[in-house]
Amino acid sequence: MCLGVPGQVTKIWEHDQTGLLMGKVSFSGIGKDVCLSCVPDVEIGDYVVVHVGFAISKVDEDEAKQVFEYLAAMDELAELEIAQPEAP
Amino acid sequence: MKYVDEYRDEAEAQRYLEAIRSTVTRPWTIMEICGGQTHTFIKFGIDELLPDEIELVHGPGCPVCVTPLEMIERALAIARRPDVIFTSFGDMMRVPGSDADLLTIKAQGGDVRMVYSPLDAVRVAQANPDREVVFFAVGFETTAPANAMAVKQAQMLGLDNFSILSSHVLVPPAMEAILGAGDNRVQGFLAAGHVCAVMGYWEYGPIAEKYHTPIVVTGFEPLDLLQGTYMTVKALEEGRYGVENQYTRAVTLEGNAPAQQLLSEVFTTVDRPWRGIGTIPMSGYNLRPQFESFDAVQKFDVEAIAPPENEICIAGEIMRGLKKPNDCAAFGEECTPEHPLGAPMVSTEGACAAYFQYGRVG
Amino acid sequence: MSDDTPLDVDGLGACPIPISDYPNVLLAHGGGGSLSQMLIEGMFAPTFANDWLNPLHDGAVIEIDAGRMAVSTDSFVISPMFFPGGDIGSLAVHGTVNDVAMCGARPMAITVGMVIEEGLPMEDLWRIVSSIKAAADEAGVAVATGDTKVVDRGKGDGIFINTTGFGMVPDGIDIRPERIAVGDQVIVSGTIADHGIAIMSVREGLEFETALESDSASLGGLVEAILAAGGHDVHVLRDPTRGGLASATNEIAKAAGLGIRLRETAIPMQDQVLAACEILGFDPLYVANEGKLIGIVTSEVADEVLATMRSHPHGADATIIGEVVDDHHGRVLLTSRIGGNRVVDMLSGEQLPRIC
Repeated sequence: MCLGVPGQVTKIWEHDQTGLLMGKVSFSGIGKDVCLSCVPDVEIGDYVVVHVGFAISKVDEDEAKQVFEYLAAMDELAELEIAQPEAP
Repeated sequence: MKYVDEYRDEAEAQRYLEAIRSTVTRPWTIMEICGGQTHTFIKFGIDELLPDEIELVHGPGCPVCVTPLEMIERALAIARRPDVIFTSFGDMMRVPGSDADLLTIKAQGGDVRMVYSPLDAVRVAQANPDREVVFFAVGFETTAPANAMAVKQAQMLGLDNFSILSSHVLVPPAMEAILGAGDNRVQGFLAAGHVCAVMGYWEYGPIAEKYHTPIVVTGFEPLDLLQGTYMTVKALEEGRYGVENQYTRAVTLEGNAPAQQLLSEVFTTVDRPWRGIGTIPMSGYNLRPQFESFDAVQKFDVEAIAPPENEICIAGEIMRGLKKPNDCAAFGEECTPEHPLGAPMVSTEGACAAYFQYGRVG
Repeated sequence: MSDDTPLDVDGLGACPIPISDYPNVLLAHGGGGSLSQMLIEGMFAPTFANDWLNPLHDGAVIEIDAGRMAVSTDSFVISPMFFPGGDIGSLAVHGTVNDVAMCGARPMAITVGMVIEEGLPMEDLWRIVSSIKAAADEAGVAVATGDTKVVDRGKGDGIFINTTGFGMVPDGIDIRPERIAVGDQVIVSGTIADHGIAIMSVREGLEFETALESDSASLGGLVEAILAAGGHDVHVLRDPTRGGLASATNEIAKAAGLGIRLRETAIPMQDQVLAACEILGFDPLYVANEGKLIGIVTSEVADEVLATMRSHPHGADATIIGEVVDDHHGRVLLTSRIGGNRVVDMLSGEQLPRIC
């Protein structure tokens, strides 16, 4: 499980018969209708992770950078520890 | 693609590989639970780039593979009925029962249709009021909210010709079953990122605690898997166990509250048999009584006798990480994607199918 | 999609068969009687008119120079009949013309055999026939002869078309997988997976909004340019249709008993096609192409052939994507974008969209 692909919300509306929150999500220009009812606070321009036509979470754009900063942060931490070794 | 391409960067990948190499000092066995993660490891050749000390084993994270044969027989029986339009995800179409799969039924004249989303199946029901539309609702917690929403939508629309064949399985009980087994070899876990996007990862704390096993919630792109592996190896080397989150851009501790609310509204947790493993307590979902008119098991009285599993197949041991696909005598010989003997060779997400497709023959 | 201007189907005018009289194709239209004649003399003959066809004899007699003739046949059953970037008619022409071209031959003529399902709207038949004509003109081939049958409703899925094409192979040209040698360069003429994904976008159950179109196109001109540049050093030409780039390279590697190594980062793809593959869970290496070719040429001529391809409208995005190696004989290996390797195997069965 679980092919979840990030895409950008370009339109939001309520389903005319059920009132459920729906949206148009763009994946590099491919448009798909997606159910947004589980990400009710989503706004146009936000990125969401879509699985089988359903948005399961928003993409946190700040956290998205963490993968690239992690190793540098680990190195910094290691240097600090060398500078101030903790008592065993 | 944004939030995809950058996580396939070669230079960053090499940096993580170097970090892993310089951290690891002895052998470790790490399991990733999700078929999609297995796929990425092998498709990008990451498993071969990791240092030899790290042994990757693959968990039962393929809902297609663990769907019991009895349930598949039931699906085929329903699909054969002339009054039924049987809808399903692509993955399930080639899963064989005793003598046929959904594609065979289609060839024989059954109205079997592939859909991308369970909500599409509801649309089919709306468009065909004089036919019964059944959706094969397979999946882990990631897919369950969409399946739940389909049922809810059908109810809101007042449809009486829509039902689902529910075959949901839950991850944390499976992890416990693996870690709790006497012959368990798994020392560290990469938890399934999208399952946790829905459910959060608060359930894993007690598991990590009980079995002294580090668990890292991990995403699906190469850099996610590398970072997740690095974090797990680091924890193992430092003697730490606990739960960490690598996939922070999509996962929070609490998970998706509206999705969880939807799940508890529509489903109740039950014991469930896992093909190749056996029954795991409280590891599946059934529809709640107020939605029973949408339950295909109750709606259709069909005979579903499961044939015995093939004796040579070691699926159970593979899905618990005790053996690898290429440890199996039948792998690539009698057992191939064209004529699979067991569950993990059937679906493209199964470990055996992934190994076969990407050439990990030994 | 073809870089040329779109085929002007409408330029051929309204349907010559009076639609008010015959809105749908009837069994009698394939029966050999007066209705058959009406279809042939009213629609097919005037549309395809050429010296080989005009006698309307049982077969066509064609004078050729002595030499080697390439022949290829293919049947087209695609559904839906009309799709972004083409239809079953244009596909039937391009597919066979390309197979002939892949033998190193210059396509000269095709046959068109149609099996029509009773009830097909006459307007649809006219659209398809016009499309065949336009595609044949673009490819520089004549429709030499043809056949029409009509089958009972329910037995035909609209229309099936078989085309057989032929052309002469110039002296000095020898295209065979067995000719590839260690060090040969593997070139693809443009972006992959366009056709298969364009078809997916209109297939019921999987539809998505996109500007993507099929790349269906005739490659005879491109092949001529390649052969002019590379001549005897062009070892293999192959169009990666069903089964995609992966299947085509596997077939070549297996036939030659050598290995082929591909580089993921070199393989050209449109952003939208990549996105669609991600959403559906498809591997683009296995998705069909209808207007692309793979050329395997010696390293000596690779740069020149590449430059020639890039200056041709159907080869603007041509790229060297790999090479022939003396390793993993009979198999294709891909170096992924992060540096790891994996085997690219033959597809077993049809690729299905996945949720996992």
